[in-house]
Amino acid sequence: MSLSAEHLSVDIAGQRIVTGISLAAADGQFTGLLGPNGSGKSTILKTVYRVHQPAAGRVLLDGADLLALPARDAARRVAVVAQETASEFDFTVREMVMIGRTPHKRAFGGDTEADRSAVGQAIERAGCGHLVPRSFNTLSGGEKQLVLIARALAQGADHLILDEPTNHLDIRHQVEILEVVAALGVTVLAALHDLSLAALFCQSAYLLAGGRVILGGPPATVLTPPAIRRAYGADVLVINHPDTGTPHLIPRRIRPGDDSPRPGISDASIPASPKET
Amino acid sequence: MQLARAGLRSRPRERVPLALVLSACAVLLVVTMTLGIGIGSVPLSPAEVWHVIVSQVTGRRDDTVTATIVWQIRVPRVLLAALVGAALATAGSVVQVLVRNALADPFLLGVSSGASVGATAVLLLGAFASLGVWAISAGSILGALAAMAAVFAVSRSGHGLAPTQLILCGVVLSALFESVTSFLIFRGNPQATQSVLFWLLGSFGLASWDQLPIPALALAAAMIYLLAQAGTLNALAMGAEPATALGVDVRRLRRNLFLVTSLMAGIAVAVSGIIGFVGLVVPHIVRLMVGSDHRRVLPAGVLFGASFMVLGDLLARTIVAPQEMPIGVITAFIGAPTLIVLIRRRPYLYGATQ
Repeated sequence: MSLSAEHLSVDIAGQRIVTGISLAAADGQFTGLLGPNGSGKSTILKTVYRVHQPAAGRVLLDGADLLALPARDAARRVAVVAQETASEFDFTVREMVMIGRTPHKRAFGGDTEADRSAVGQAIERAGCGHLVPRSFNTLSGGEKQLVLIARALAQGADHLILDEPTNHLDIRHQVEILEVVAALGVTVLAALHDLSLAALFCQSAYLLAGGRVILGGPPATVLTPPAIRRAYGADVLVINHPDTGTPHLIPRRIRPGDDSPRPGISDASIPASPKET
Repeated sequence: MQLARAGLRSRPRERVPLALVLSACAVLLVVTMTLGIGIGSVPLSPAEVWHVIVSQVTGRRDDTVTATIVWQIRVPRVLLAALVGAALATAGSVVQVLVRNALADPFLLGVSSGASVGATAVLLLGAFASLGVWAISAGSILGALAAMAAVFAVSRSGHGLAPTQLILCGVVLSALFESVTSFLIFRGNPQATQSVLFWLLGSFGLASWDQLPIPALALAAAMIYLLAQAGTLNALAMGAEPATALGVDVRRLRRNLFLVTSLMAGIAVAVSGIIGFVGLVVPHIVRLMVGSDHRRVLPAGVLFGASFMVLGDLLARTIVAPQEMPIGVITAFIGAPTLIVLIRRRPYLYGATQ
């Protein structure tokens, strides 16, 4: 159990967003956090990387309290790739990845040989060597995510937190980014929006709704029509992926073309859509 | 500007080595300072200028008129301009990271308008009269400190100093302080009003050796702190959450950066009045030359900001000689077109394309 949360509760502006969740990302595995918007996925991740403070519960790294570590030490063990955000500042790809060395640098620190070799290896592992001559701001969304993965690797962390890293990306780059991450061999805890995509990559998954974990386990046991209806209030068909056998979700229309009500779905069974955050 | 334009045409694959940039900026600074000391109502050749400086520094007595002009009048003036230019450029680079907005300047956070209230009170109401020539500096630094404390107190929230709140509180409180200044001017007598106006537009006309130690020490202390933090400044430029994930104590860093930049800007205003655009434009030009890595931006900004201000002051006192133009007019005339060119050439920097 290398990265885990125990009975974690988080309040934001006096409101309880996450209530007593427990979860674990096993060593070297790809663990998914799934659930509708506002279900607490991001909040949990941001508590692990110290943007939010827990109201109760603990975050453990190899059994020790992660949040009790000095921030720099924690950043050497746990790195984050979030959704790409626009930057007003012009950094080259290499400079961007070098920023990942921040938790290893001392005051006045220049780039040491160790920094340079860590950056070179990170760029190679993330497969973004061809982007090195370019300026970060000129890259496409998918290319930026590759560079941010390299930056996280340059931190030297063996745990990677992904917060919806494939949002706004096209289908090729969605798969490519997750493929790169899965091949790294590090422990991954990822909030993902696309459930079928998550099923392709996650060894285990947690389904959240209303700030609570409602189900956890291998994707095939978590992504079932009743669980999806409970978490999202949506009616889906689940088939097996022809290549991998992993669950693949197919959405169904709320109002079918022939106007006749279908069994198993009525207005009463569809809760109001969850609050956007 | 030649350098900046070259940088725009062909996006550099690798950055120019820092040593080269710093050497070029240092040469530029020596040249502008020599010109600044040499040009004036009594023109002096660079050789004469350096002869006087060398003999003064080596302790030889030299009571010629030339020596007096150079050592007592022009050298302190040029040094003060260089110090203020360096301080404003540095404060500007850092404030832009602090609020993550490339259009921020060191006066955004209320320092200058607070200083105007203090200085205006001194000039119009005779506050701190017992301090003599230091009264205006004392008044403006107190005003700047008060404004800084007010902005700090008002914009603090659960997450420390958030950029949007800082900008809004700075703008609102600036407007409030400016109306206090307007009220004081409205109540004051016309003669005193003119000296207020002159002070508000900035000038190095009253520079003397006595004025140099405080800004020099403040700049040195601030630079030591900022160079030590240059790496974490890069992380903060990524945003508060990515910086936190990189192990940076964002709340403490922002508080310290706010204090350091406000103090630098406040001291600059106290010794020279409000000189706009330098803290906004110089960081942009420097980033075009060396990129955004603050380990490069900060040292280059000190040298380039100093050169920019020395040149601005030289223009201010020669264009309409024997009269002197307020330097704020010069920096605005150089700065505004430069900024417009920069904005039009690099639209992506401001999120216009993507």
